[in-house]
Amino acid sequence: MLIRKTFFASALLLAFTTLAGQALAEDAATTDGDTLKKIKARGEVVCGVHPARHGFSAIDSKGNWEGLDVDFCRAVAAAVLGDAKKVRFTPLSTAQRFPAIQSGEVDVLSRNITASLTRDVSLGLNFAPPNFYTGTGFMVRANSGVKKVEDLDGATVCITPGSSTEQNVAQIFASRHMHYTPVVIENNKEYVAAYLAGRCDVIARDKVALPGVKNFDAEKPEDHVILPGIYSKEPLAMAVRKGDDQWFNIVKWVVYATFNAEEMKVSQASVDEQLKSADPDVQGLLGVSGDFGQKLGLDKQWAYNIVKQVGNYGDIYNRHFGPQSSEPLDRDLNNLWTDGGLLYGLPIR
Amino acid sequence: MPGADAEMMKLTDNANASVLAPDTPAGARLATFLGSKTARAWCYQVVLAILLAGFSWWLYSNVVENMRTQRIATGFGFLAHSAQFAIGETLIDYTPRDSYARAVLVGLLNTLYVTVCGIVLATTLGFLVGLGRVSKNWLLVKLAEGYVELLRNVPVILQVIFWSVVIRNLPSPRDAIELAGFGFLTNRGLTLTVMQQHPGWLITLYALLAALLLSAGLSTLARRMREQHGRIVPVARLRAGLIIGLPLLAWWLSGAPHALNQPELRGFNFKGGFTVSPEFTALLLGIALYSSAFIAEIVRAGIQSVPKGQLEAARTLSLSPWHVIRHVVMPQAMRVMVPPLASQYVSLAKNSSIAVVVGYPELANISNTLMNQTGQALEAIAIMMVVYLIISGSTSLLMNLFNRYVAIKER
Repeated sequence: MLIRKTFFASALLLAFTTLAGQALAEDAATTDGDTLKKIKARGEVVCGVHPARHGFSAIDSKGNWEGLDVDFCRAVAAAVLGDAKKVRFTPLSTAQRFPAIQSGEVDVLSRNITASLTRDVSLGLNFAPPNFYTGTGFMVRANSGVKKVEDLDGATVCITPGSSTEQNVAQIFASRHMHYTPVVIENNKEYVAAYLAGRCDVIARDKVALPGVKNFDAEKPEDHVILPGIYSKEPLAMAVRKGDDQWFNIVKWVVYATFNAEEMKVSQASVDEQLKSADPDVQGLLGVSGDFGQKLGLDKQWAYNIVKQVGNYGDIYNRHFGPQSSEPLDRDLNNLWTDGGLLYGLPIR
Repeated sequence: MPGADAEMMKLTDNANASVLAPDTPAGARLATFLGSKTARAWCYQVVLAILLAGFSWWLYSNVVENMRTQRIATGFGFLAHSAQFAIGETLIDYTPRDSYARAVLVGLLNTLYVTVCGIVLATTLGFLVGLGRVSKNWLLVKLAEGYVELLRNVPVILQVIFWSVVIRNLPSPRDAIELAGFGFLTNRGLTLTVMQQHPGWLITLYALLAALLLSAGLSTLARRMREQHGRIVPVARLRAGLIIGLPLLAWWLSGAPHALNQPELRGFNFKGGFTVSPEFTALLLGIALYSSAFIAEIVRAGIQSVPKGQLEAARTLSLSPWHVIRHVVMPQAMRVMVPPLASQYVSLAKNSSIAVVVGYPELANISNTLMNQTGQALEAIAIMMVVYLIISGSTSLLMNLFNRYVAIKER
């Protein structure tokens, strides 16, 4: 009797697992050009974003999504549909993000994802050029007396599961022969709350996201100190599914277009004026001459729409991290290569 | 096997005699068999099984094919790779250099640990509250009723978060609440003073186990004497002496270890002592209290199912209240209680996966990390499903065996 029951349960389990897999695989078989067709038919781009990360993607007091990641979603929509507003944002937890893109639930992930070999090769993803460079940072309470990472031996560290931060922290502590106790909580709000309530001595996160915790989540920002130094390489990039090269190209060149526009000094404010520019590079970018848009399967105004409706990289960066923003942040590595940073747009020609 | 053969022969003969004339040809016999109800039932079952297997295979190959075209890695090979992440609470040795398989094992052990603790706590509380509900004391009845209504009507996930928030708002280690030398209560958990590790403690523990076994043997022996020879052998004092004396003797002989391992505040946290983490406590309280409310109801129903006449008869025999419960009420109530108790235990084991929201590193939590790092969500979920199925299955199995033990024995 029991054997039969067990057999029946196993058969059910198998069926259920495969059914779940079936749902995952249902519209997974992508071919070249499928994604663009689907988006045009649907009339909006579905973009997977972080549920709450100030500066990257968070809902403001008026109920609008804002942040750097969010603006890149809008840039894609502007290039593809000619309207930056035609985006549907899907907030995804760390655990949900990869299945969501693999299953085709979202067209593109713009969600603070660190590009790395394993993710590139075995997750069925293609990464656009990184649009933000950061690394793991640590924040502690000011009264803890901690001044540098080496003072953290024996500390309790709050982390989210499966983030590359979780691996970095293990490495950072191991290489310094220090011990720590991880507290791993999936819910982003809960794990920040756990740190703020004193459950952990340290919160470990991409350094760029720490000012958000300090200034928005903490009751008194002055009670918390972000430790100096940046640990590990975290190149954050948008990701699409493997199998649709055209769509991958579009997302890739949207990112390059924002870099190139800044380099050519084509900004949101000056873009209309620049339409009259005699510079052949600017003409090519804005679709005055050449057929670069058509080559991507878009119209020739694609880059004009991005800059006009969303801005060049500098416009986007300054909106969220510039001196006038609520959490100013040095551009540092996120400068153009001409200014000593890492942003280098491949030429549009 | 001559006996069995003969038996078979007899059976077939009987069947033939009743259904068919002895000289019916084989073909007709087969046709009649195929037309019979049993054969048809068999056919349906076989066809259903084949259909189910075919359907599963089709789904499975579909998934594998799709994953391959999308170039998503599949298979369980990743389990042998180094996990590269630390785990906060482990029952076995574990470092980030160990494999994913070991990380999963750590998670599984934590699941079992919190489940077993939860079952013990929920059962103890459930029995006490259940007894309270049938007591004659009005206040006790109302308190028990309030307890049940409150705890079983609030979703278990909210209860877990509630305890987590309560613990989080305890003072930090520097302002720890001192528990009169026994330990400290902080938002980092409950840190208790324990005995310094010493081989003597293990020997003492073995001595205690041996004493318990011996005492159980003595009690059986005494009962047999009473039942078979009608002689009453007083063993209660001997048993008590054994249980207290033997471990004490072992402890004294192994050097009378008495050093304390006292926690002290060093650096960020308490060092030494034994710490029960806030995540574990929140999860344990959440799932155990929730289940205890249901168990209390099961206990109440079980007790009330015993006919009143039984109680009256027992009292008429002037049995003491304890004996009435122990020998008359409980054996009969148990029969009603065990099956629903089993399903409570199974649901408690499954509820332990709520750990994800508070951060206790049990199976679901570890699988989450694993899924994220390797991206192999299907495999991770399959592992989880199989493990929970095994845990729930073996819980039911154990409870079924126990049920057979307490069920009415037809003699």
